[in-house]
Amino acid sequence: MKRKIALVIAGLAVILASSSGDAMKAAGSETTVKVTAKKFQYSPAQITVKKGTQVVLEITSEDAKHGFNLPDFGVRADVKPGAVTRVTFIPDKTGTFTFACDVFCGSGHEDMSGQLTVVE
Amino acid sequence: MREINRRDFMKLAGLGGVIFASGLHSSVLGNGDTPPSTTDDFHFVQLSDTHWGFEGPAINPDAKGTLKKAVAAVNSLEEKPDFVVFTGDLTHTTDDGRVRRDRMAEFRDIVAGLNVKTVRFMAGEHDAALDRGNAYQEHFGDLNYTFDHRGVHFVVLDNVSDPQAIVGQAQTKWLEQDLKRLKNDATIVVLTHRPLFDLYPQWDWSTRDGAAVIDVLMPYKNVTVFYGHIHQEHHYLTGHIPHHAAKSLMFPLPAPGSQPKRAPIPWDQAAPYKGLGYRGVEADGRGQYRIIERPIEKG
Repeated sequence: MKRKIALVIAGLAVILASSSGDAMKAAGSETTVKVTAKKFQYSPAQITVKKGTQVVLEITSEDAKHGFNLPDFGVRADVKPGAVTRVTFIPDKTGTFTFACDVFCGSGHEDMSGQLTVVE
Repeated sequence: MREINRRDFMKLAGLGGVIFASGLHSSVLGNGDTPPSTTDDFHFVQLSDTHWGFEGPAINPDAKGTLKKAVAAVNSLEEKPDFVVFTGDLTHTTDDGRVRRDRMAEFRDIVAGLNVKTVRFMAGEHDAALDRGNAYQEHFGDLNYTFDHRGVHFVVLDNVSDPQAIVGQAQTKWLEQDLKRLKNDATIVVLTHRPLFDLYPQWDWSTRDGAAVIDVLMPYKNVTVFYGHIHQEHHYLTGHIPHHAAKSLMFPLPAPGSQPKRAPIPWDQAAPYKGLGYRGVEADGRGQYRIIERPIEKG
């Protein structure tokens, strides 16, 4: 568990900030994706990024508190309404990985998930 | 940590061991041995994830009848269990607090038909996560508690009433204090809803601070965990501690990570109630268990 916590601390920066602009943009070696969370879905639910590129997810909630958990990259954060939760990580492996809400949010909680695809 | 299957049961003998059996057949799978009979022998029944209030004809067209069939099946057992325990998700979640209470009252009325002296309850996230367990406590009592039965110390842990799937420092401390008075070879059973280990966090099949709980349990030699949540039989070891997940009484779920989403497995018209069931547990009071998986339609 300590190792996992260390991974999260090292790989994850959660910053509350305001945001605007395109849903997805790449600047240099960084890709920023805006993600909306609401009962019981993420939008977009399918995200594709490049391996080795710093990924910034700017996540907002439209209704209640949700979670964002991407265990394969040690990334998790609470997503509260009225703020932008920013998570940053560098995917170091290719494939398709599931992210899901891990804060129980109601009758469709189990359906609230998406997939991150990492390509070369 | 590793997953274990029925074939591995022999390896468990002698370390909080378990023997698996099927309710469909009288013979024990594996080497045929059964735990030695002692005066402390007893058995209990684990029912789990009844999700009363769930509706979905393609998933379970007998959603209003399955729990009642399970109650009848338990009542028809040749040997009456010492007690029955429900390991959470008694009801299916709803945002409406009044409906939640109605479902809990209906559930309580149905299981009052169990012909056993003692019935133990615990919450699942569907029961307790949206109101921090308020409605649950009104109907079923405390979220975490202990009881002793024939030399076995049972601990019911709440890892659901916090919507973030956290046991919490206060409850972990409570557990630590409770166990401190026991010898390290005491026979301990932990009953909880979610897996205490990271079974598959991608599907929310974990307890965020479960590792801290396992750390508290680890010094004790004879600890066994029975839980629910994942709607299927599953066996796993963290160190010397076995964790046994039970089937649901409403809908089965796929094996962890076997498909992109954890969608319920649709009803099989050719095999009604397939994947559903309940569990009998025979205990010798010294950390040996014989687990019997039973289908709904058989007693």
